[in-house]
Parts: sequence; structure tokens; C-alpha cells
Amino acid sequence: MSEQKAGGEPAVSTPESGSSKIETPDGGAGRLREVFRSDHPAVLTILAIVAAVVIGSILIIASDQATRTAASYFTAAPMDTFSAAWHAVSGAYVAIFEGSILNPSSLSSGDTATIFGPISETIVSATPLIFAGLSVTLAFRAGLFNIGAQGQILLAAIFAGYVGFSWHLPVVLHVIVAVLAGILGGALWAGLAGVLKAKTGAHEVITTIMLNYVALGLIQYLLGVHGFQAKPYNQAISPPVDHNALYPHLFGSALRANVAFLVAIAATVAVAWLLGRSTFGFRLRTVGANQDAARTAGISISRVYIVVMLIVGALAGLAGSAQVLGTSPQVTSDIDAGFGFDAITVSLLGRGSPIGTFWAGMLFGALRAGSVQLLASTNTPSDLVQVLQALIVLFIAAPGLVRLIFRLRRGAGGQTAVVAKGWNG
Amino acid sequence: MRSVMKIAAVAALGSLALTGCGSKPGSGTSGSGSSGATSAAKAVGKKINACMVLDTGGVDDRSFNQSSYDGMKAANKANPNISIKYVPSNSGADYTPNLTKLATGGCATVIGVGGLMSDNVKTAAKTYPKVHFAEVDAPGTGANFYGIQYNTAQAGFLGGYLAASLTKTGKVGTWGGLNIPPVTIYMDGFTEGVQYYNTQKKKNVQVLGWNEKSKKGTFSNSFTDQNKGKSVSQSMASNGADIIFPVAGGSGLGAGAAAQASGGKLKIMWVDTDGCVSAAQYCKYMVGSVTKNLSGGVQAYLKSSADGTYPTGNYIGTLANAGVGLVDDNNSQPAALKAELAKVKAGITSGSIKITSPSQPTS
Repeated sequence: MSEQKAGGEPAVSTPESGSSKIETPDGGAGRLREVFRSDHPAVLTILAIVAAVVIGSILIIASDQATRTAASYFTAAPMDTFSAAWHAVSGAYVAIFEGSILNPSSLSSGDTATIFGPISETIVSATPLIFAGLSVTLAFRAGLFNIGAQGQILLAAIFAGYVGFSWHLPVVLHVIVAVLAGILGGALWAGLAGVLKAKTGAHEVITTIMLNYVALGLIQYLLGVHGFQAKPYNQAISPPVDHNALYPHLFGSALRANVAFLVAIAATVAVAWLLGRSTFGFRLRTVGANQDAARTAGISISRVYIVVMLIVGALAGLAGSAQVLGTSPQVTSDIDAGFGFDAITVSLLGRGSPIGTFWAGMLFGALRAGSVQLLASTNTPSDLVQVLQALIVLFIAAPGLVRLIFRLRRGAGGQTAVVAKGWNG
Repeated sequence: MRSVMKIAAVAALGSLALTGCGSKPGSGTSGSGSSGATSAAKAVGKKINACMVLDTGGVDDRSFNQSSYDGMKAANKANPNISIKYVPSNSGADYTPNLTKLATGGCATVIGVGGLMSDNVKTAAKTYPKVHFAEVDAPGTGANFYGIQYNTAQAGFLGGYLAASLTKTGKVGTWGGLNIPPVTIYMDGFTEGVQYYNTQKKKNVQVLGWNEKSKKGTFSNSFTDQNKGKSVSQSMASNGADIIFPVAGGSGLGAGAAAQASGGKLKIMWVDTDGCVSAAQYCKYMVGSVTKNLSGGVQAYLKSSADGTYPTGNYIGTLANAGVGLVDDNNSQPAALKAELAKVKAGITSGSIKITSPSQPTS
């Protein structure tokens, strides 16, 4: 998590950070101890995950029927309770691991598709999360909240899906055109919010949320229209996307991981470059840090807002095309699969840095992939995974809570990166 | 870390304090009680693992997920050799991973619920030829993909005939959750039933809320929002309808609330399940329920599978095989009407009464 250095650069430290107390570490403690007891963002992130896992364990135990049965005769045979609790907790976390990284029992089969299946599923779930997470992150850095990734994904799915199933183009060309159509759809939808913000001052939180509903209504309408709905018109689903328009598989057809993941890596690098190295990125960060200063410095705020929202929408559009041109090759009204909102938590976990967002997307992708195995092989409800995700973000959002639990002191660095400004920013 | 331990310990002790004083039940071969104890159940045929992938909405949606899984539970209860399991889907993106996990996880048969995952099941059936697939609400193809479908237009037709017979204002209403064929097929049937009544009796009962030709009508755009359902129903009532047929799952409960608010002047007809069971609080306002026997279809499939033959092709639930039907709630049907309905039912079954809804399953 060395990328956190990037997250701590001057542009994101806001005027408010001066008000936080900076304590100097006392000299008696050892250096290593200082590292582990500091509130370095990476340490806080890891501890937040640890705390979430611990609370998750308590929930597993509380919801486990065998443990509760054993607990009812706790005084007679206390070890039963502990072994049942251990069985439930370890079973659940092992299942998540086996579903997302590696299932040791598959090694003996020697079948590569089985061995690499879990990691492929992690990649599949992580790809749209990374795209949409980058979209939210970029907006955050410009001081904007993009709550509209869901709507942008839906629009992208409509555009990319339509090009995918109704046009018939040669190999390679078709997928490129379809992806571009998806980018266009997402950019249009977010750009609309950007223009409204720049020209009328309409708050982007309101407009992007409302545009989510409009997008949902639009897709539901289209799925009842001949030409968009699949024959024999008895389900709200579009025809399947042409084979030529699908992202090629990365590791053979038995594994679902596809080239969209490579595009996600490229997008991460591109966003990191845009933010850290380009002139526009400098303008963007300046506007995000202090609008008034930016205006005084001669930056056109409204232009930055519009361009940022176009790029933000394009990134969310890539998430939508990763869905419809990847693993869900038919447009449905839930093609966004909740990625639009999970993207906000991914971006928070990534602390406003593109690389951080990438790894946060991988973690949440792994949790999503693991939840399937959790369902299939244990009695723990898959809702556990959502609870874990929520807890991680809760602890990230409340660093004071993590400090309190783990008895951390505020480090000399002191800065907690403020990734976005408040309601009236 | 110490604090975390403390919290965990307190939480664990807290839960123990509530329940910790019993004595250990007889140890030994406790295991799962279902295996031997039940006397009515007969373990017949071979042991099979039956698994189900639910659509979004959850296993307790009071609608098609729940009814389908009820069929699994009934099959397991009747024959403990059928062991059952389900996984829910949070969105369409979960269909394929869920199907794959179950197909590779030792399930002999995997049942998908809901027509939206039809193509996913088709692909899975090709990829895993040794696993038997079935799907509720979609046509089956090939040797290991069985379709369980329902011609609900037939039951809706009976419902429409009943409503037209009972209305005092000469107007009946129907509205749906979404304008999609699994919903509008009921409304088609209902409308055709009313029209059939009109031609037979030379009456002019009007249907509010649905036009079968233009495919336009009234929708709450939700399967959960009861307030929306209530306001839609009340506006229909203010336009003169005195019997309303909502086809909208939980949103339809709003029609019950509207009936209650009217003091019983407005009556309703329930959909999918017997309303006097699934929405019992509004039972007294119901003239009938248009039902779709999902659990029966699933149970029959599993029974046949456990007996040794996985069926192929399609099951289509009709009035003839009691896959769909009209339940009489509150004895709303006088003897004469009962006889008429029986005649209409016979006409539909024999084919002398033609239902034209394009949403009916064909294969």
C-alpha cells in the first residue's frame, strides 16, 4: 500500500486539516512500535479490515444454529460451544478464501480451470468495481460526489448492449466500437450532471441520484420495446450480444476472466497519470481543494466540472461495458448489479488514490466471489459479505474508532486525507 | 487488540448468560433429525442432491422464489432421500456463478427460478451435461434442461369471468407491477374472461387498467410499494370499479388496504397464491385467487427425478392438470355461477374456448 504516499500529497490536504491536533510521539518507544502504533493510512486500513473480520465472526457465531444449540447447555459442556463457534467462523472465512483465491482441494484435480476458477471469479467481480471506483475517486478529487455510477453503468449497458446485439461488425472492431459506445453512454449521462452543475449550480449529488432513477426507468421501458427486447418478448431481457462484441477471455473459455481486466489496469494507470502528472489533473485537484483559490488563479471552474464529469462518466461507462460485453451479455434492468453503489465504498476504502481504489476493488471483488462459495458450502448467510464490506467502510470513515480500539496515537504525520468536501463544497 | 478481545468476550458471555443453563441433549447419533425420525415420509429411490438458484428477491419474497422453494421443501419432506439446498441471487450477475458453483458442487439437479436466467441455465446445461437442469418459467431444451412453465392466462380468464359476474357497477379493474409478459399474461386472461362473459350474457362489463391490443395499462412500477398499489386501486375505484385484480406481488397488498379503507365496497382478487393464506389480513375482501402452483411443479419434477427418471421437455401448468387455477375465497360463487365457471373451465381445457394472449407458453 505504498500508494498512500500519493494520497497524502499537498493538494488533498484541506484547510480544515490544520485544526487537528498534532502530537509529537514520545521518544521512549521503539521505532517499530511507532510504525505499528501510528495512524498511517495503510495501518488504519488494515486494522479496519481486522476489526470488521472480528465483528463479522461474532455475527457468524450469533447466527449459527449449531453454536446456539451448544450454548444452551454451555455449563454442561462448554467446549462444545467453542468448537461449534470455531467451526462456524473458520468455515465461513475458509469458504470466502476458497471461493476467491484458491481451493486447496482442487489442486489434486490438476484441472487448471478448477484451480484458477476462484481467482478468475475475483477478477470478474473486481473489474467493474475498479472502473466504477475510479469514476467515484476522480470525482472525489475534484470535490464532487458521483452517486450516479449506477445510472451511468445502465446507460453504458444500453449503448454498448445495443451496438453489441444489433450491429454486426468484424472481430476486434466490433468489441472496440461497442466499448466506445458504452463510454459514450456513461459520459453523456454524467456530463449532463456536470453541465447542470457548471451552468446552473444544481448540486451533483441530487442530479446524479435522480439520473439513476431516470436511467432505470429508461432501461425498463426499452426492455419492453420490440427491437431492444429479446424474442419471443416474454421476458424483460435483451437479445444476447454478438460473439464478436464480447471481450475475449484471458485464460481460455473455461474461465470467465476477460480482457476488460487489462483495460481496468490501464484505466488505473491512466487516472493516476491524469491526477498526478497532467496539467488538467493539477487544475482538477486545485478546484477540489479550494474553488476560490482556483478561480483566483484563473482556472475555469465550470469547464473543469464538465470535463471531470465526462471522464467520470466514461469510467463508469467502462464498468457498464465490462458487464454487458463480458459476463452478463444480455441487458437487464439490474445489469449494474449494485456496482454503482459499491463503487462509492471502494473509492472510500481506496482513500481517493487510483492505486488504492484498484486494490480496494480487488478486495471487494474477492469478497463478492467468496460469497458464492459461502452460500454453497456453509450455512452462513451470504449477507455476511455485505456486512463485512459495510463494517470495513464504517471503520475507514471513523478513524477515531479504530484508534480507540487499537490504542493508536495520532502520528506526527497527522493528516487524514479528506477525499471530498462536504455538502456545500 | 485487547479491547477487541474484551468486546468479543463480553458479547459471547452475554449470549451465553441468556441461554447457558440447559443440559446437553442425548449425544450419540444426533446428526440431522430429518434423516430417520419422520414416520410419514418414505425414503424411496436413489439419494439425490437437489439444488436451486433463486432469482432476486430472496427466499421469503411471498412470491415465486418462496413458492418454488416450498416445492423443494415439500419434496424433501415426502422423500428424505431428496436433500435440498438453495442459493439466492443478488442480481443477474450472480446467475452464472451460482449455477456453476452448484453444478460443480455435487448437485445432481439444479433448478433455476425465473425466466431471466434462461440463457444462463441453457449454457450451464451444455457445459455440465451430467447435471440435470430445470427452470421455472422458461422453456426447456435438450436432454438435461427441463422447462416448468405455466399458462396463467387460463386461470386469469376464469378470474375475469368471475369478476364480470360479480360486479355491481359494471366495471372491474386490473393493474400490474411492471409491463412485462409474466405479469400482463394474467391481465390478458382476465380481460378475455370479461369479454367472454360479455358475449355470452350480452352485457357490457368494462375492464379498467389494461388494453390487451395496445398493451397499455396501469402499473405501479413496483412489486413492493404498497402505497403506490393503494393509490392506484383507489383511483380505479373512484372511476367506478368495484372488483380489482392486482398482479404485483407485495405491491398488491395496497389493493387490500384500499378495499379495507372503502369499508368492503371494493373487493379484490388475489394472484399467484391463495390470498386467504398469503395475505390473510385482507381475506375478507377477496372474491377469489388466481393461482399458479409453482411448488407443485417443482415437487413433481423432483419426485420423478428421485424415482429414477429425470423428465425432459416441458411441463406446462394448465387448468387441466391443476397447475393453474381459481380458488374460491369467502364462498363468493353461488351454485349457478360455480356451474358456469366449471363449464368455462371445461371449454378452455377442451379448446372450444380459445385464449389469444401472445404471452402464453407454447413449447
